Order: sequence, then C-alpha cells, then structure tokens
Amino acid sequence: MSRTKPKVLAIASGGGHWVQLLRLRPAFEGCELVFATAKEGYRADAGDAEFRVIFDANRSSKIGLLKCAWSVFKLLRTERPDVVISTGAAPGFFALKMGKMMGFRTIWLDSIANAEELSMSGAQAGASADLWLTQWPHLAREGGPTCMGNVL
Amino acid sequence: MILVTVGTDKPFDRMMKVVDRWAAERGRKDVFAQIGEGGWEPQHMPFVNFFEPVEFKQRFAAANLIIGHAGMGTILSALLHGKPILVMPKLARLGEHRNEHQTATAKRMMELGNVNVAFDEVEMFAKLDLLDSLQAKAPIHPHASGSLVEGIRNFIWHGKETPS
Repeated sequence: MSRTKPKVLAIASGGGHWVQLLRLRPAFEGCELVFATAKEGYRADAGDAEFRVIFDANRSSKIGLLKCAWSVFKLLRTERPDVVISTGAAPGFFALKMGKMMGFRTIWLDSIANAEELSMSGAQAGASADLWLTQWPHLAREGGPTCMGNVL
Repeated sequence: MILVTVGTDKPFDRMMKVVDRWAAERGRKDVFAQIGEGGWEPQHMPFVNFFEPVEFKQRFAAANLIIGHAGMGTILSALLHGKPILVMPKLARLGEHRNEHQTATAKRMMELGNVNVAFDEVEMFAKLDLLDSLQAKAPIHPHASGSLVEGIRNFIWHGKETPS
C-alpha cells in the first residue's frame, strides 16, 4: 500500500442505502474517508469526513443513469481512493464498475432490504467487487457473495 | 405525534388512504404525513411532499410512532430513534416500487423483532387501532459492530477478510 492511511470512498444513493453505509463508520476508523451521496442535506451525517454530492438516478431514466455515471466517474478521477465501498444503488454500481477498471479495490455490501434475492445492481456489481457481501446468510454462495453479518 | 412517511422514493397512496380514513374515523388529530412527490393528498391529516434530511430527522425524533412503507431507510431510522414502527410493504405488481423486495424485507424484519407489519389495507386498519399499545424499544447502537465491521476493516487494511 503506497499511503500510510488507506483512502476510502464510501458512496451510496440517499435513503436506506445511505443509512446503512453510515452504520459502517467504525470499519473506516483511521482511514482517509470520503463520503458521497445524492443530496447536500446529508452533509451533517458525514461528520468530520469529507463529503461529496453525486447525481443519483434509477433505471426508470436512461438519461439520469448517464448523468449519474458521469458524476461518479468525475468523483473517482478526482479522489483516486484505495478502496471504493457501496451499499447501492445506481451510483454504487457505477462506482464499483469504473473503480475496478481504474485499479481501485472494491467492496459491495448488498442492502439488508434484499432478503430474498440480491438487488439488480448488487448482482451486477458483484462481478466487479473484490469483496462481495450479502447481509443474509441464506443468500451467500460459492462464486457469489459471502455473509459476514449485517448492519444491525 | 404519529409520523407517516413514504421515504425518499415514490408515493404510496394505498397506505396513505387507509391511514387517512383511520384518522378520520377515529378522530385523530395527531397524525402528520410525508406523502412523496405527486402522492394522493390526505383529507384528514396535515402533510408535506418531502422532508429534507435534517427535517426528516427532527420529525422522527419528535414522533411517538412511525408508520411507513417497508423501506430500510424508514425502518433503520425508527430503530435508531427507538420508536415503535408499523410498516406496510409496497407491491411492485401495483406499480408501487421497482421490484418486489419489500414483502420479504418486512417478513424478515418482523422475525428479527422490533418491526410491526401489516401486509394489506385491512390488516393496516386493524393494526392502527392497536398502535397506542406498541411499546417503544431501546434504540439500537448508532453503528454496526462485530464481524461485518471487522471483516471490512481487515479488507481495507490488509486486503483480506481476516487479519494476517
């Protein structure tokens, strides 16, 4: 590792994905930490970590997804983290896909909301994840995500 | 105050209509709703379309009870604030969500305890009558702990899930 402190980019859309990402905070202790999500209003949640706003979208809007991908790309290029971690959804998917291609290590923690099957973004992002996690033991499988517990 | 919320996503008119009818029939004046953009507008309770994240937290902190869709933002916020919560899953087949995960989420969260679930409008109305008997739970810890946090931490620092 080139830096003494690993730099972590923790990115998610707003609402439930963001709440789950924030709960992982102790895992980032001692790291240089940058949070990124969909709304300026979430800034206070980041505390003393860096905070960035990205364009969020979902698959109901193709233009929205393009804007989202572009804003995530710009963020990755600027921040150049050692590790990218996401709980979902579209911004996290793009961050893992592009982050992997740019040579950053990647972690996908699938939302605890996906109790029956992996999310669409999770199933697709998994292939780009160096550490691919589900929060439900019954969804863990060989060649797929592992389960190390949940955000509760 | 009872806070009804649909979170950051689409409106949930089916739930909002039941709660509104219940508030009218029971003469409840202590219900406040956040209905989402373009949602059906309740007749018997005050409402807003959206809360900004800061106001959302203030409303949550001030509420005695939370009624919501079975989204994790709503559920985790209620658990964090130690508020009793009653949820109704959105159904993708009725166009209420993009996929059908909320029913499974609701069942699992119910099994873990702390979350009350109504699966349809009839059950919702019946459970609303029992709302005042729901006990506030102790708030969960603000952060996750244990093996998940350790595993992620080890991966960040050592590139693997277990310490070297």
